[in-house]
Amino acid sequence: MTPQRPVAEGLFEWPADEPRVIGSRCDSCSFVTFPAQDACPSCGGDTTTSVPLGRTGTLWTWTRQRFQPKNPPYIGREPAGEFEPYGVGFIELPEGRIEARLAGDIDQELRIGMPMELTVVPFATDEDGTEVLTFAFRPIES
Amino acid sequence: MDDVAIIGVGLHPFGRFPGTSAIEMGAKAARLAMTDAGIAWKDVQFAFGGSYEVDNPDAVVNFLGLTGLPFTDVYNGCATAASALSQAANTIRLGEYDIGMAIGMDKHLPGAFAADPVQYGVPSWYGQTGLFLTPKFFAMKIQRYMHDFGITPRTLARVAAKNYRNGMGNPNAFRRQELSEETILGSPMVNDPLTRYMFCSPNEGAAAVVLCRAEIAHRFAAQPIYLKASVVRTRRLGAFEVHSPWVPLERTEAPTVDASRAAYEMAGLGPEDVDVVQLQDTDAGAEVIHMAENGFCKDGEQEALLAAGGTEIGGGLPINTDGGLIANGEPIGASGLRQIHELVLQLRRAAGDRQVPGTPRVGYGQLYGAPGTAGVAIVST
Repeated sequence: MTPQRPVAEGLFEWPADEPRVIGSRCDSCSFVTFPAQDACPSCGGDTTTSVPLGRTGTLWTWTRQRFQPKNPPYIGREPAGEFEPYGVGFIELPEGRIEARLAGDIDQELRIGMPMELTVVPFATDEDGTEVLTFAFRPIES
Repeated sequence: MDDVAIIGVGLHPFGRFPGTSAIEMGAKAARLAMTDAGIAWKDVQFAFGGSYEVDNPDAVVNFLGLTGLPFTDVYNGCATAASALSQAANTIRLGEYDIGMAIGMDKHLPGAFAADPVQYGVPSWYGQTGLFLTPKFFAMKIQRYMHDFGITPRTLARVAAKNYRNGMGNPNAFRRQELSEETILGSPMVNDPLTRYMFCSPNEGAAAVVLCRAEIAHRFAAQPIYLKASVVRTRRLGAFEVHSPWVPLERTEAPTVDASRAAYEMAGLGPEDVDVVQLQDTDAGAEVIHMAENGFCKDGEQEALLAAGGTEIGGGLPINTDGGLIANGEPIGASGLRQIHELVLQLRRAAGDRQVPGTPRVGYGQLYGAPGTAGVAIVST
């Protein structure tokens, strides 16, 4: 089996059957932030606690990334001709709107307001062959 | 406020200039501005320099003269030039000096900007996964705006076509070609709904402005232009901003709205008083959104305004008369001073083929960029 790793620790639950992304709740004012960070952007408090966020929501806005991002900071190493465009959107969760890659065919229909769910997808490969995983949202089949 | 005047403007053309450094372009723009003001470098008592790529814009002194003047460098994203201008104006207001300059210059590689997200307060994974990109933010902002306020792709094409057309009348512009709305709509999709010809490009260029205490302006300029307001603001919690992996459910207005309101208040003017406008058109959608964010129309009214030609040079609200970023490109450090250069020419009625009709009295310039910073300047005769 191909070895895999998450792109960052503490970003999303993995491995998990129903993964969730991880935010943080301010210990002073309860404001929820994504991704998790120690300081609160609302009240300026400096202690927070990690919390998993909802794994389903609706598509708030979207686009398609059709040109290959520069590496670095992008870690995809595919030759320019093999770059596969990907969708990007903001997903409205109960706790806030978070930005994510969109899983699924690049030409799939995307609509503001459509129901979405979290998944984990490989998006790049390390030099030693390890697949790098990130969180993404995909339309919920109706 | 009527305490600071602009007595000279200069601009090195925007484009690509192999073999010419940003510093050399900055020095050229500074010389043009000094000639325009009728002063020499020894008369300049202080300066602020703005650049993204150049660590020390103050090195223009190597080409202008080592006079020992205090010269401070600023970088503030796409609002860099607004920051240099504000700092220069405030330095005069402090009463320490009478005459100073703001000089902006840059020389970017082709293609979208790439940087380390950690330097923007955003985690590494955001860049590693291909999310640290400005064009797709602007695409998502206009996508939502079109959904909420009924703006169509045709309106985006109208904005871009207008700015290319205006660029044709500007000998200093980068892309001087007429492009039809059909060509713009039919060019390759970059970030839906924005096509290739709806975006500006990072490129090269420089611009400079000579400022002085208003009471002495008539010594230098037949027609001084007054800097009525120059304001910079950053995002508040809840604003939907570039380089942010999330946005709270409760939305707040954009930093441009905050900067705009503060500038109008400072100037004692409102959007109804403005005769000629320069807006940050990083892409055609940004110009549409910024029309409303700066108070020139209500959300959604852009559709009818553009269809009626209202923002053309001969329209009731001329916007980006020199072609804006779409036709000029964006050397970050110089971009906002290009806006001032154009507004000053328009108010002097010296803008040639692209001169707005009548007697424009008030000009308005706005900048917006990473990571959620806006600048607004208001000038008047």
